[in-house]
Amino acid sequence: MLFFIIKRLFVILLTLLCLSFIVFSLVTIEPNLKKLALNQANMRMEEEAVQSWLEKNGYKRPLLVQYSEWLGNAVTGDFGYSTHFKKPVNDVVWPKLWHTGILMFWVLLITIPISLVIGVISGMREGSKTDRSLSVFSIVTTSVPQYVSGILLTIILSSWLGLVKGVAKAGNITLENFTLPVLTIVLYDIGYIARMTRASMVEVMGTLYIRTARLKGMPFISVVLKHALRNALIAPFTVIMLQFPWLLTGVVIVEKLFNYKGFGFLLVSAADQNDIDVTLACGVVAVVLVLTTQLISDIGYAFLNPRIRFSS
Amino acid sequence: MESIGGFEIWLIFFTRFIPVWICLAIFYFCLFYWRKKLGLMGRLCDSPIGLIGLFIVLFWIFGAILADWVAIFDAYEQSGMYRRKPPGTINEKVGLPYIFGTDTLGRDLFSRMIYGSQIVLLIAPAATIVAYVVGISLGLPAGYIGGRYDTVLSFLANLVLAFPVILLFYLLVAPGVRETILPNIMAGIFFIFPIIFALMVIYSSFSERQNVLILSTFFILVIGAWLYSGLVFNADPLGIVAIDPNELNIFAAVVFTTSPGVFRIVRGLTMDIKTRDYVAAAVTRGEGPFFVMIWEILPNARGPLIVDSCLRIGYVTILLGTLGFFGLGMEPESPDWGSMINQTRSYIRLVPTIVLPATLALASFVLGLNLLADGLREQSLKD
Repeated sequence: MLFFIIKRLFVILLTLLCLSFIVFSLVTIEPNLKKLALNQANMRMEEEAVQSWLEKNGYKRPLLVQYSEWLGNAVTGDFGYSTHFKKPVNDVVWPKLWHTGILMFWVLLITIPISLVIGVISGMREGSKTDRSLSVFSIVTTSVPQYVSGILLTIILSSWLGLVKGVAKAGNITLENFTLPVLTIVLYDIGYIARMTRASMVEVMGTLYIRTARLKGMPFISVVLKHALRNALIAPFTVIMLQFPWLLTGVVIVEKLFNYKGFGFLLVSAADQNDIDVTLACGVVAVVLVLTTQLISDIGYAFLNPRIRFSS
Repeated sequence: MESIGGFEIWLIFFTRFIPVWICLAIFYFCLFYWRKKLGLMGRLCDSPIGLIGLFIVLFWIFGAILADWVAIFDAYEQSGMYRRKPPGTINEKVGLPYIFGTDTLGRDLFSRMIYGSQIVLLIAPAATIVAYVVGISLGLPAGYIGGRYDTVLSFLANLVLAFPVILLFYLLVAPGVRETILPNIMAGIFFIFPIIFALMVIYSSFSERQNVLILSTFFILVIGAWLYSGLVFNADPLGIVAIDPNELNIFAAVVFTTSPGVFRIVRGLTMDIKTRDYVAAAVTRGEGPFFVMIWEILPNARGPLIVDSCLRIGYVTILLGTLGFFGLGMEPESPDWGSMINQTRSYIRLVPTIVLPATLALASFVLGLNLLADGLREQSLKD
């Protein structure tokens, strides 16, 4: 088990190095740097002045040298300086990440119980009317991307019913403020997790030990709760964890849609404004989050499933 | 200003789509008539959900093909007098109604929705197909041969999959990137795979017959080089094949984000199928690895792959919409659904209906694909 975790950690570090290098080289391509120079120094600079500005700020050195310098600083916790906010990146990124964390917390708190219940109910009697209608419900919700459902919900809840505002302010945890963004992300994610739970539940319900439990006369409901559920919930756990990249994408869209000034909004605006250090930091933070959840999912899977734990 | 009521709006809507209804009727008649001979497609008739999904998908396909008959106005034509009008307003100059209203530049939303489907229904399936060819050409050997080749490719695939898609798009589909040769390099790498795949097919089928092999290889290389020069370098000597730099950039980015997923599925299926007896029989018979991969494993993996491709086209459609929503890639005038959502969403306080055509079109098309995939999966599991 320990060996497995160490091996995973090594792969994750390698992945992180590769990805941060890719982000670094894409952020610092020539046209972006030129735009940055024009923004920072003087809008009406001649080509020569741009070149000398780039030279002065060290953007003319080989890519690998620049990257290793950035990496050296990043490892010690210094992510550079935001050219847009005129502040160190650390002062910009972490508060925004906290705002997004609150949003994510509510999303997961609502999504996980609802989708698991839907999945288990529709999977325990495959092909029944409840199963069919819940399946169609999950298909419909996964088909409507956040930028569509968010807009439709805004029209219904805000323009027609006047219940909530069409924008969400960061850091203000009220029902009125959080309903729209949370509901939008939840709707999209519920369907996917519910479908995975259903598939896993259907598989478990078809196994022999469930048949045995049923044949010895156990009531259906306790077979489901005591025997099926434990095995059926292993796969959804992995799925929820691996959902993280999608969740992150959804958060970016929703934050942009409702003007919620969180991590996703920062990522998008930093990329728009050519704020190199912020984009890099956001990219690395996002990738670290994704990889950490993958690791948790791997370890958790092995932990929950004794067959894997004892065989390795 | 004159306008028409809700009933008339839907009446005009249905009459404009008459060519599409006719095509749909013919298609469904043929489907039911030859249902016994059509295999998986014919068995879809037993699944109501699959039929509904197919109906929605075909509705948009025929709508895109017959767009010139269905649309009322031009997609780009602006009229200053009719800005942000509610559904049903009549343009008095030409006497035609804006059945879904107009956007902020006075363009007809209904016609833009119809013409937008042409863009979406061209790029999404095309990008999915290329991603599939890339995924299959790399995934089959990875699953079949395994070893170091598999380790390296799986690592690369996981690398791309660990990237948040949105960050990747912001880095890859930016105006700055378009000034570099990066999109061309990416497209150059991806478009080489169809040629490689075609060569793999040819080689595995005709490896015994030398002259057929040489002749067909020659043909594929010539046609491949022609398409390749047009698509990647925008330098088709005949001037037929051309692609906008914007679209090439989007295309390359979408293929880049989609193909690792396909690779993983194909690899998994291959590892499963290669343990079957018929594969062992083919190997014992002395068939080469290419023959086994392409003629034994791939056809037997088609069921899950067809289902997955339906889901994936839907997912790519959502991705394209995301790009449009963030104003990336497409030209700002473009009537594709994502860009339309982006252009109209700031006005929902004034005219709530203004975003409905594009959003509902996108959602319904993806829904149709997902329902179709569900129906296909249900039917393919039956045997």
